[in-house]
Amino acid sequence: MDMIVTPHPYLQQEQTRALIHALELGLPLSPRPYDELAKQLGLDEQQVMDEIARLQDVGIIKRMGVVVRHRKLGYRANAMVVWDIPDEMVSEVGCFMGGLPCVTLSYRRPRRLPQWPYNLFTMIHGASRDQVLEKINELAKTYSLNRFNYKVLFSKTCYKQRGAHYVKNKVSEAKK
Amino acid sequence: MIQLSQTDQLLLNNFQHGFPLQERPYAEIAKQLNVSEEYVIESLQRLQAEGIISRVGSVFYPNRIGNSTLAALAVPENVLDEVADMVSNYDEVNHNYQREHEYNLWFVITAENRQAIDRVLDDITKRSGLDVLDLPMLEDYYIDLGFKLQWT
Repeated sequence: MDMIVTPHPYLQQEQTRALIHALELGLPLSPRPYDELAKQLGLDEQQVMDEIARLQDVGIIKRMGVVVRHRKLGYRANAMVVWDIPDEMVSEVGCFMGGLPCVTLSYRRPRRLPQWPYNLFTMIHGASRDQVLEKINELAKTYSLNRFNYKVLFSKTCYKQRGAHYVKNKVSEAKK
Repeated sequence: MIQLSQTDQLLLNNFQHGFPLQERPYAEIAKQLNVSEEYVIESLQRLQAEGIISRVGSVFYPNRIGNSTLAALAVPENVLDEVADMVSNYDEVNHNYQREHEYNLWFVITAENRQAIDRVLDDITKRSGLDVLDLPMLEDYYIDLGFKLQWT
């Protein structure tokens, strides 16, 4: 198994996994959410808070807070823009784009030739298709990204969207 | 745009990261917004019921716990909905979108390890009769501070 979660000195690995699963599902919306999780996991409140802090420190949790559904808020146009960037430049260009305010994801992925030549994936959201296209054109022009081959893939139907469940529900096992 | 109160806007915009790690986090948020703890909790419950927030919780770095990949299929239009539903039915699939391209169905598979992902990919290939484009992430360049909302 390629889990890289090292257990906390006083936490069992199963409890860490169960905590991660609980955080994927969401904190209880009640006055003492960490205490509630602690009770489910057989821990105390302070241990839960310490473990969350540790998961943030070691770079497992990227952020914790309110997870917004942008589509519901009127950001209906979402474009995946894929770029064919020479390998030796892709990290530099990827980091640059990842830092732009209108870009919400910037990942390097493998090419699959001949069907798929693109190696950099960015996500750009906006209120309308025209607004998103305008942003992309501006970006491509301003930063000379239009010298690269790129494609804009607008989303149409959203068939499914929820948070990732990396860890299967092990809460019941962890309680034993 | 959906009409939201100023408190809702602040709740949505200011607490996408750095959620308080203290015994009563909603009371801390309440203090910052100058409202009551009860009001914060009720507002979050309402925003969740309305589907504006999916949860208050964590977003994880990709591939540190478990594994994921972005996959795509070029599906004939007349069977797109059918194939899309088949794909969505896997518990390991958490995002599934139609996109405007020859590869018109894009989905994210997340599981505990690469073998589990391969099993899902093989299964989808077999059931759809289509070749799956498997595009695992190699590098993540994005610093996620949440989604910056602009109120018009």
